[in-house]
Amino acid sequence: MDPLFFLLFAFIAVACGVNVVLQKHPISSALSLVAVMASLAVLYLLQGAEFIAMAQMIVYAGAIMVLFIFVIMLLNAGTEETKGRSWMALIFGVPAIIGLLGSLAYFMQTGMPKLGEVKFGDWKGGGAYEVGYALFTQYLLPFEVTSVLILIAIVGAIVLARKELD
Amino acid sequence: MDPAQVLETLKHGAVPTAWYLALSAVLFVIGVAGFILRRNIITVFMCIELMLNAVNLSFIAFAHEHKQVAGHLFTFFVMVVAAAEAAVGLAIILTVFRNRSTLNIDEIESLKN
Amino acid sequence: MEFLVITGVKLALILFIFMTALAYLQWVERKVIAHVQVRMGPSRVGPHGLLQPLADVIKLITKEGVLPPHVNKFYYLAAPFFAVFMALISISIIPFGTDITIPAMVIAGKTFGPYKTMMELADINVGVLLILAVSSLGVYGIALAGWSSNNKYALLGGLRSSAQMISYELPMSLAIAAPLLTAGTLSLRAIADTQKGFYFGFLPHWAIFQFPAPQIFSFIIFMIAAFAETNRIPFDLPEAENELVAGFHVEYSSMSFAAFFMAEYANMVTVCSVATILFLGGWHPLFPESMGSNLVAPLLMAAVGSVCLYHGLNPARPFDRITLPVFAVVFFGMAGLLAFPPTVPIIMPIFWFTAKLLFLLFLFVWIRATLPRFRYDQLMGFAWKFLFPVALLNLLVTGFLVALVS
Repeated sequence: MDPLFFLLFAFIAVACGVNVVLQKHPISSALSLVAVMASLAVLYLLQGAEFIAMAQMIVYAGAIMVLFIFVIMLLNAGTEETKGRSWMALIFGVPAIIGLLGSLAYFMQTGMPKLGEVKFGDWKGGGAYEVGYALFTQYLLPFEVTSVLILIAIVGAIVLARKELD
Repeated sequence: MDPAQVLETLKHGAVPTAWYLALSAVLFVIGVAGFILRRNIITVFMCIELMLNAVNLSFIAFAHEHKQVAGHLFTFFVMVVAAAEAAVGLAIILTVFRNRSTLNIDEIESLKN
Repeated sequence: MEFLVITGVKLALILFIFMTALAYLQWVERKVIAHVQVRMGPSRVGPHGLLQPLADVIKLITKEGVLPPHVNKFYYLAAPFFAVFMALISISIIPFGTDITIPAMVIAGKTFGPYKTMMELADINVGVLLILAVSSLGVYGIALAGWSSNNKYALLGGLRSSAQMISYELPMSLAIAAPLLTAGTLSLRAIADTQKGFYFGFLPHWAIFQFPAPQIFSFIIFMIAAFAETNRIPFDLPEAENELVAGFHVEYSSMSFAAFFMAEYANMVTVCSVATILFLGGWHPLFPESMGSNLVAPLLMAAVGSVCLYHGLNPARPFDRITLPVFAVVFFGMAGLLAFPPTVPIIMPIFWFTAKLLFLLFLFVWIRATLPRFRYDQLMGFAWKFLFPVALLNLLVTGFLVALVS
């Protein structure tokens, strides 16, 4: 079942990722991005990263993207007007992209070191206990530094978004 | 390839780590393309988030490859930084919109020249 | 194969019971509010209005679904679907009883079983986190409904809802984190099992009484945040009817309108179940079996049955002469079933779980009938200036006490 699930959710991720770029309205882009994040969370689960998969849903899909949608709704952002796209870009761009992707695929085939395989359930080191233990022992300093970073971000966001009082 | 073999692989096989890395690369490239192509500042910002997500997938894949939890922690930190970035970035977007009432990045160019 | 069949049966059973319960929750709410306000409530359809949910469902299905011309069609139609989907998904990981074993049966010459199964659809390692994730995704349904309706009241409702959900998610997560410190696991079933047993032989091991750090404050904070997360009075700002007409669902009609109500009630049941498991000991009884906890359920049913019988014999209304004795017989039958020895080990955990769940749901209805609505700035100030610091302090004290003991 592993490859089936991988292919299904990889397809959803890529299709919605393309949709993020192609959609004209920011709300559609944002919802496509939520779908990308949800399918990535499933892919994390397939690799045994239970805690990170849930954190992905809570932090990314549940908080960051809600904030995006909130701002889009608040600013009433409309569809983006397209102008200044030349057909020359299309003519030269499409072959260039195909060539790029082709060479990328070639180098991936040949130059990639031999890596292992992922089978669901063969590594259980990504549970909440393991992540928490590493976070509070080996990575304690980065963790504390991030808390300072978040504090700075909160202060910055409030200062930036505050209406001028006078 | 033999169809029966393909079916067998799909049913019981394992996924090579390289597939995850390839998916991560594809998503990253989509993010870069959106970052360059789009003009709405919010969409551009979302494309940055897409790139961060793609990188996270690589981290998780390598964590599984080396059977170490460190990759998960990097992902965790990336998430935290992304949250902070979203808060500040959206505040900046709000301020810009209040001052110029546009979200088109081509029109926000007063620092040019 | 066996797994699929058992899961399918459980799925069908849970879905059927849950849907019926949601429909009747509406009836209970209307009745309770009516009695709080000294009215009768629904009483025309069926005896004591018991068929009112059915009538409501028929009315909502047969109504014409109006699609306003000015809406964004795709998101307008997708939003209620999404809201219901997210509300129903989390019930699948709620455990509501211990393991049960179905003895081996011989059907048409083949032996089936014995089957051993858990009373929930799936027990996952990160259950608590999944509940949080799903509840944080629930806001998309409301926000999208508000935005796609292209109506200023609906948009205001959607904006309020997303801001409110993000704000109250924080105290809720912090309140959940505190009992997790004593439980040491994220699986809902394992959390409930850590609350088994009694102090001094009578005080239950529930998280709100637990030894190093009683979680009573976490429980209160969780319930307050739960009211806000489910958009219930006193925090029903997204649909405040006298400010925003009906908030985010002002443009909806017929089944898509009903979908939002269903989502709200399903969310209520979910948060109450989570509160029961995290703080009130899940399916573990209030006092030990040696003091007769198994007798509570049959005695309760028998008492209700006697009251029904008494009022049936001294009827206040003509039709009570027929309906109330029927109810009495039903309740006496249930009392008998609950006291029947072979079913006791299976039914008692479910009874205690349901009793706690119903108590919390009653609390929701009671508060709806009692309290007025918050003003919007009060709502935000309450979350950020009071609830969040208190939840943080509570978590700190709990962590300190747990560290001190271990």
